[in-house]
Amino acid sequence: MTTTLIADPLVDVDAEGFLTNPEQWNEQIAEAIAADNGVAELTDRHWLVVRFMRDRYLRTGNAPSIRALGKESGVPVKELYELFPKGPAKLAAKIGGIPKPKGCI
Amino acid sequence: MTELLEHTQPLIDEPATIEKVAIVVSKGSLEGIYPALILANGARMEGIEADLFFTFFGLDAIRRDRYGKIKVATVGNPGMHMATWLGAMPGFSALATWMMKRQMEKIDIPPIPEFIELVHDSGVHLFACKASVDMFGLTSDDFVPQVEDIISVGRFYEQAAGGQIIFT
Repeated sequence: MTTTLIADPLVDVDAEGFLTNPEQWNEQIAEAIAADNGVAELTDRHWLVVRFMRDRYLRTGNAPSIRALGKESGVPVKELYELFPKGPAKLAAKIGGIPKPKGCI
Repeated sequence: MTELLEHTQPLIDEPATIEKVAIVVSKGSLEGIYPALILANGARMEGIEADLFFTFFGLDAIRRDRYGKIKVATVGNPGMHMATWLGAMPGFSALATWMMKRQMEKIDIPPIPEFIELVHDSGVHLFACKASVDMFGLTSDDFVPQVEDIISVGRFYEQAAGGQIIFT
């Protein structure tokens, strides 16, 4: 584990840049991670997905599957991939300051 | 000579990544189809491009009249760890399928029709193999709307160019 300055303050991240301590997260950090990962601007639709991922993780200890994300977040799968072309679940987790999803679906 | 050799070395030692996969589905059983769908979906989740090419009995996974009725092979499947006569009992394959589906639902793996829709919406391109379609006397009307086209082997290779090919 290393610490890195994404935006103030310093946060703990794993080798792939996922926050290891979700409590260190804030919206400025989210915007900085998004910009670093090819999402230039976080729209309301992006935020809807990011918040859904984060809330679910904090509530249950697991990030939702892409299936659950598409069914329950209010953003359908097609749009998820338009918002996060390089992988919605992975990227929304990263931006939302939670660990990388471990599931296969 | 030394100079020439040096130029063949990569300039930066970046870890190798897969950018694109083409998955060939040749079997029509539950255990033949699911791995392909999971691989295709998993590829998209990692930002990897993915194509699915359905051939032979793999076509059942995209046939309107069959894709909701895919079953586990309980005969000739050593992985089932049971006597062949037992696997051949009427209703046994349906029972094994029902049990497996229930288990999959628990870990959030969708039924095949929903999975086909999911991978399609995720940007996976679905193709049917022309030789198999002709052999079974099928037309595009026999397939679910997520199927993009019926293509020849030649077109499949064109489509798969630059990626890895996986055969299941």
